[in-house]
Amino acid sequence: MDKILEVKDLHVDFDTYNGVVHAIRGVSFHLNAGETLAIVGESGSGKSITVRSILQLLAKNGTISKGEVLYHGDDLLQKTDKEMDKLRGNKISMIFQDPMTSLDPTMTIGKQVAEPLLIHNNVSKKDALKRAEEVLRLVGIPNPKARMNDYPHQFSGGQRQRIVIAIAIVDYPEILIADEPTTALDVTVQAQIIDLLKELQQKIGTSIIFITHDLGVVAGIADRVAVMYAGRLVEFGSVNDIFYNPQHPYTWGLLDSMPTLDTNESDRLNSIPGTPPNLLNPPKGDAFAPRNAYAMEIDEEQQPPFFKVSKHHYAATWLLHPNAPKVTPPASILNRYEKFKKLGGNVK
Amino acid sequence: MAKYILKRILYLFLTLFIIATITFFMMKMLPGTPFSNQNRMSAEQLKIVKAQYGLDQSVFVQYIRYIGGLLQGNLGTSFQFNNEPVTALIGQRLAPSMQIGAQAMVVGTIGGILLGALAAIRKNTWVDTLATFISILGLSIPSFVLAVLLQFYLAYKWKIYPVALWDNFQSSILPTLALSALPLGTVARFMRTEMVDVMSSDYIELAKSKGNSSWGVVAKHALRNSLIPVVTIIGPMAVSVMTGSMVVENIFSIPGIGEQFVKSITTNDYPTIMGLTIFYSFLLIIVYLIVDILYGLIDPRIRLGNGGKE
Repeated sequence: MDKILEVKDLHVDFDTYNGVVHAIRGVSFHLNAGETLAIVGESGSGKSITVRSILQLLAKNGTISKGEVLYHGDDLLQKTDKEMDKLRGNKISMIFQDPMTSLDPTMTIGKQVAEPLLIHNNVSKKDALKRAEEVLRLVGIPNPKARMNDYPHQFSGGQRQRIVIAIAIVDYPEILIADEPTTALDVTVQAQIIDLLKELQQKIGTSIIFITHDLGVVAGIADRVAVMYAGRLVEFGSVNDIFYNPQHPYTWGLLDSMPTLDTNESDRLNSIPGTPPNLLNPPKGDAFAPRNAYAMEIDEEQQPPFFKVSKHHYAATWLLHPNAPKVTPPASILNRYEKFKKLGGNVK
Repeated sequence: MAKYILKRILYLFLTLFIIATITFFMMKMLPGTPFSNQNRMSAEQLKIVKAQYGLDQSVFVQYIRYIGGLLQGNLGTSFQFNNEPVTALIGQRLAPSMQIGAQAMVVGTIGGILLGALAAIRKNTWVDTLATFISILGLSIPSFVLAVLLQFYLAYKWKIYPVALWDNFQSSILPTLALSALPLGTVARFMRTEMVDVMSSDYIELAKSKGNSSWGVVAKHALRNSLIPVVTIIGPMAVSVMTGSMVVENIFSIPGIGEQFVKSITTNDYPTIMGLTIFYSFLLIIVYLIVDILYGLIDPRIRLGNGGKE
């Protein structure tokens, strides 16, 4: 498969009053053409910063201190802001989290949707608006012709998110970055938006990077999943790898805290104890060690490298080291391993 | 919209009536009389003069008479200023004050918006510091100090503009500059604060992610969204600037209305006080109406009528 985007060893620092925060500490992943990659992790793990770095839309106090972002082999981090403007909204576009605040309150939605076309293509205003109308119909805005001249406050939250999506896809981007596009919506609307994104992906063949902290959403949309913690990836693989053959104790914790169809009404949902580390002073070893019931001495001392689990499945935990003691994951994870075997997978 | 404006105009007359009433009775509570040479007049003469102006009646009767005249568009005649009708008096004196005031508002508002926007875009750089410095100067230097400085350098020393007198457009430039410092400083401060807020909002980030250049983001999205607080303050400020600054008008020998108002109060020139108050109130109410309509033009969320349905 074609890698259309590859992020290599990305480091991002933020200058704050308290000192330099190392928000991203060496993240590498790639995106294949036509697939959906989900990046999951709890709030503050660096998911949004990672994808904003791709488009270089970081806050002013943030700097990409190291790394490469290869788009068709071309390093985007070497490009000027002007060169980046040509890619933004055209080749790579972004869907934002909060539909209530992401639209300009003083501009009609027709103009807002048409704007990327007018910026990137040599089209007349009339043609751009006509195309905007088509795209609004495509994302499911009823009677788009009549609503082109309406303002954002005249739409519901779900409709506004559809408009935000329309803006992102109007110029048929190669890569669509969706930064928690369903977080601010209620569950039924979430499902509609996910279905819409899947449908659009079919129609326009775009690749999607989907950011979320909701594993339920991931299962519905992703081909591959990367799990992020404290500014680093801890595990990545196919959806089945992550859901049914998880190896990193953090992934176990995430899955263990999610209700499944097997969960009884009387069962308590587990949570991961403790809080993420302060990235002003990143820990020397595995950042998850203080919250990890399976932590070993080496976890405090040295950052685990990625160990290969299967062809496309890697996890950064010392538990996968040949010398590591055999541990028994939580019961719910063992259940998942059983399902993985039924799916024909090979559990270690 | 038309219905709304009609309603507002009805309110306008009601408000003017209330203002006229309150001002009338408050004015009557002022000590002193309109006649500066009262001591030299005999009781008989005073009685005749008072009767001529209707001042021998009770305050209430005087009030009814005044309102009656007002309804017919008659503001009375001035006790000072050569017994001229008050309407004629305001008419002559108003034009220069309004012209200078309007020019100062245009210069101040546009300059302030640009200065504030520039400061916000270049937040925490030397540009921001310089813009803040200029706007604080504008806010804190009294207009008459600035007027004298401008007069000394631009007129007396370098002879670019006339020193004083009301003649042509050239002679309006220095007073305009002197009066524009305050609106410029004020607008710049408001603009910067609001725009810093707007620049960090989600829709600005989305606008950038569409491929807009930094300037495109500002021109297409940030400016318009930052204008609401500016519009709010320029209304009342426009009235105070356009109704004349006595000191600045004095310095440049402009036959404006500012001087007249002050004089009419110190001499108990009742019809002139009333006339000017009603006129100022009228201007203020009209400006507020314009501001309210401008709000709707700038921000569709506060648009009036059925366009603003949720």
